[in-house]
Amino acid sequence: MLANLVLHLFILLLFAPLLLGIITKTKAWFAGRVGAPLLQTYYDLNRLWRKGFVFSRTTTWVFLLGPVVGLAVPLLAALMIPFGALPAPVSFEGDLILFVYLFGLSRFFTAAAALDTGSSFEGMGAAREVTFSCLAEPTLLFVLLVLARLSGGLSMNTLLGEHLLASWRSEAGASLTLILVCLFVVLLLECSRIPFDDPTTHLELTMIHEVMVLDHSGPAFGMILYGAALKMMVLGALLVRLAIPWDTGWWLTNSLIFLAGLSVLAVLIGVIESAMARLKLPRVPQVLVGTSLLSIFALVLVLR
Amino acid sequence: MNLFVITLMILLGGSLLVLLTRNSSLATRMGTLTTLLATTLSGYLALHVLISGQSLAISLPWTVPGGEFNLLLDPLAAFFVLPISVLSLLCALYAGPYMADEGRTRYLSGHWFFFNLMVLAMLLVVTAANAVLFLAAWECMTITSFFLVAWNHQQEEVRKAAWLYMLAAHLGMMLLLALFVYSGSYSHSFNFSDFGALQQLSPASASLLYLLALFGFGVKAGLFPVHIWLPDAHPVAPSHVSALMSGVLIKTGIYGILRVLSFLPTAPAWWGWLLALLGAAGALYGISLAAQQRDIKRCLAYSTVENIGIILLGLGFGMVATAEGYPQIALLAYAGGLLHLWNHALFKGVMFLGAGAVMHATGTRDMNLMGGLLRRMPIAGLFWIGGSLAIGALPPFNGFISEWLIYISLVDAGTLLNGLNALLPLLLFGLLGIVGALALVTFSRLIGISLLGQPRSTVAEQAHEAAPLMLVSMGLLLACCLFIGLYPQGVLSLLILPLGQIAGQMVGDELTTALTPLGHGGVLLLLTVGLLSGGLLLLRRQRPEQQGATWGCGFQFPSPRIAYTGEGYSEMAFRHLLPKFMRPVVTGGKVAGLFPAPISLAQHSTDPVLYQILTPLFTAIATRCQRLRWLQQGRLPIYLLYILIASTVLMVWSLWAGSRGG
Repeated sequence: MLANLVLHLFILLLFAPLLLGIITKTKAWFAGRVGAPLLQTYYDLNRLWRKGFVFSRTTTWVFLLGPVVGLAVPLLAALMIPFGALPAPVSFEGDLILFVYLFGLSRFFTAAAALDTGSSFEGMGAAREVTFSCLAEPTLLFVLLVLARLSGGLSMNTLLGEHLLASWRSEAGASLTLILVCLFVVLLLECSRIPFDDPTTHLELTMIHEVMVLDHSGPAFGMILYGAALKMMVLGALLVRLAIPWDTGWWLTNSLIFLAGLSVLAVLIGVIESAMARLKLPRVPQVLVGTSLLSIFALVLVLR
Repeated sequence: MNLFVITLMILLGGSLLVLLTRNSSLATRMGTLTTLLATTLSGYLALHVLISGQSLAISLPWTVPGGEFNLLLDPLAAFFVLPISVLSLLCALYAGPYMADEGRTRYLSGHWFFFNLMVLAMLLVVTAANAVLFLAAWECMTITSFFLVAWNHQQEEVRKAAWLYMLAAHLGMMLLLALFVYSGSYSHSFNFSDFGALQQLSPASASLLYLLALFGFGVKAGLFPVHIWLPDAHPVAPSHVSALMSGVLIKTGIYGILRVLSFLPTAPAWWGWLLALLGAAGALYGISLAAQQRDIKRCLAYSTVENIGIILLGLGFGMVATAEGYPQIALLAYAGGLLHLWNHALFKGVMFLGAGAVMHATGTRDMNLMGGLLRRMPIAGLFWIGGSLAIGALPPFNGFISEWLIYISLVDAGTLLNGLNALLPLLLFGLLGIVGALALVTFSRLIGISLLGQPRSTVAEQAHEAAPLMLVSMGLLLACCLFIGLYPQGVLSLLILPLGQIAGQMVGDELTTALTPLGHGGVLLLLTVGLLSGGLLLLRRQRPEQQGATWGCGFQFPSPRIAYTGEGYSEMAFRHLLPKFMRPVVTGGKVAGLFPAPISLAQHSTDPVLYQILTPLFTAIATRCQRLRWLQQGRLPIYLLYILIASTVLMVWSLWAGSRGG
């Protein structure tokens, strides 16, 4: 139990920033550049850690709570989700709702911290973030419902448990494919990747997530960066477990398979970012409504 | 003499006594003391009943035809008496400093008279065991709250809102009269204890009674689509009255529905579906409109419609599950509904009292004139943010616990049932998720625009912290919210008796064990956030720190005028999510010509149900009724003739009925 917890945290805390590095490297490779080193995110975190703070005169404690909650939430959410075949250290009936609402909490504080600066750009980002999450929430819930229906349990551990292999082979395989697509779209949106948001854009007007954290600096900004990496790993773990439901029976191979799966996911994100342009903002809700319908369809399929 | 009777006597005596003084601060002290004494007693009694399960029955002499002064404090009544007591007490404490300024220019005796009478009436409503007494208390509650809503009657807006409330309440009252007269004549007695005879009702008449109760009590409870008075009345009442009305007074409507259900034969599934679907529709409708309001109290009023919707969804789904034969699921749903009822009383109390503190400090209800208040009122602001988390159902606060129970009941039903039957609960599950996400928009907007950022007006710049007593009331309510969030299993043990009474089954400890990990999760979350913030603060001390202006993306002259407004914040949400009829009306904003003149843009959100359905309907009825004007000739002999005709018809009818029935 304790060993499990330590292994879980080890994988999470050590490897999460690597994903961002892999994405950047893939994009650079597509563009024919050498690109930043794979470990750039670690260097960035190290640099930010050693820096001082710059605060806007308008801000209050809410501004500092944004990064704190933004880091605490993925950390706790990670404990409830299995990493590949490694079971989640914390698990109870109904934790899937806590999982979803924890991210709501971090969204609340990220938006509040953005509004705390009084900047119109950050207000814009906050408004977009909370609006799009309204549209992404049903998709995520319906995806979890499909899994709950298939597994008959209500904890993330059961939802992503051993039944997956049998489910893929049964009629439910079609539903699982659909929710895999839905989850991938949710992941792209929640981690603010192209086609929903461009983390490398230079124009504040077009940003969603990046514009909300414009005023953070030093270690607080480091926490945001780290929190974003953890969040990508947590949501990625959902996808990877769904796509690779095998259990080798040995923790080392299980962890390696999980990490390999995550790396493939990161490469996939990099490929999409290289091959696609951003969507126009009004198109984003349409895509999300589309995935909601898709997830409802997947649900109907397993209800038969 | 019984303790509960003493409580009622204290309230009655206190409210009469306060009329004797013309000194406002004395009136406040007397009024607060009255509430304090009485509600401490009633709260203690309610707790006693909830823990021991021994009901309290009281009978007093009363000479009204058909009426008997019977009171019954059973677990269901105690479940409502407890929040009434707690919230009344804290609202009374809050009211002293809140009304102090007003007390210098006008007498507060009237306010305290109606306030204590309203508390008395609420206590009577939930304990009355006789239909005549119940209706009398119900009417008394309506009238006293009407006068409290109309407290600032010098303003036209207030008079209109109070008038709408009065009208709606009395339309509901007519339905209730029909309900109780029918039930009374069917069971030959107006005592609730004799209403057991209603078990023999035919399904059709039982359904009729259910519908009468649903809409008659629903008007008071803020049931969609008869919630129309609520968004107007809550903003104009003094804040502690809004808190009390939104927190507990409207819940007496839910009490009524539950009580009537206990008389009626076993509910068929469609009763539950009706309640659950109306609840879900109300939750979605309420929160969508709440996200558009710039008036902070109107926003909270719509959020009341939302939360009542969630409560009714829980209770309604519990009825469905009972009817379909899934007692375990029913238990979860009922527990969620009941706990949310308590939770809503607590966090809506914090929110309305906080809104009052903000209004008191700035003199406005318009969030676009606020901003930067957290720096000027740090403690009240902190409580308000805590309340927003609780009402947004975010962990580790109490709202999350009750919504979790409802979610789990829905998903349980979805996994147990098959085919189309499973789809509906699962769709409701998704709907509840959307409601939660919209609540996040609403409340991040509410605190973000009004408390954070830069002050947008001089009134916001000069705002001051709330008085200590006001802060104490808010703090205590918020502490209860956090306590339930961290220790839900303890609070649930208080709910077991009323839960068993409503669900009609014994409640084991499976709910308690289910909730324990949630509480642990909340503690873990709080610890993690605390540790991380501690670390960050420590680091902040060691590292160099600079202060500067907010980064304006190259723009050198930032001003609060360019900051995001409430409308701007939610515009995207309602553009993409809401159907056209629910969006606010936008006027102006069209730029014309090469050198345009200054233009203005305004948004105005009205209640679609009231202005697009009910007002045209009632106007049409009024126009039709004008054709009957010839009846009103304005001459005395004509009216005498009417009386003669009416009494002749009555006499003939009674003779005819007498000869038939014997």
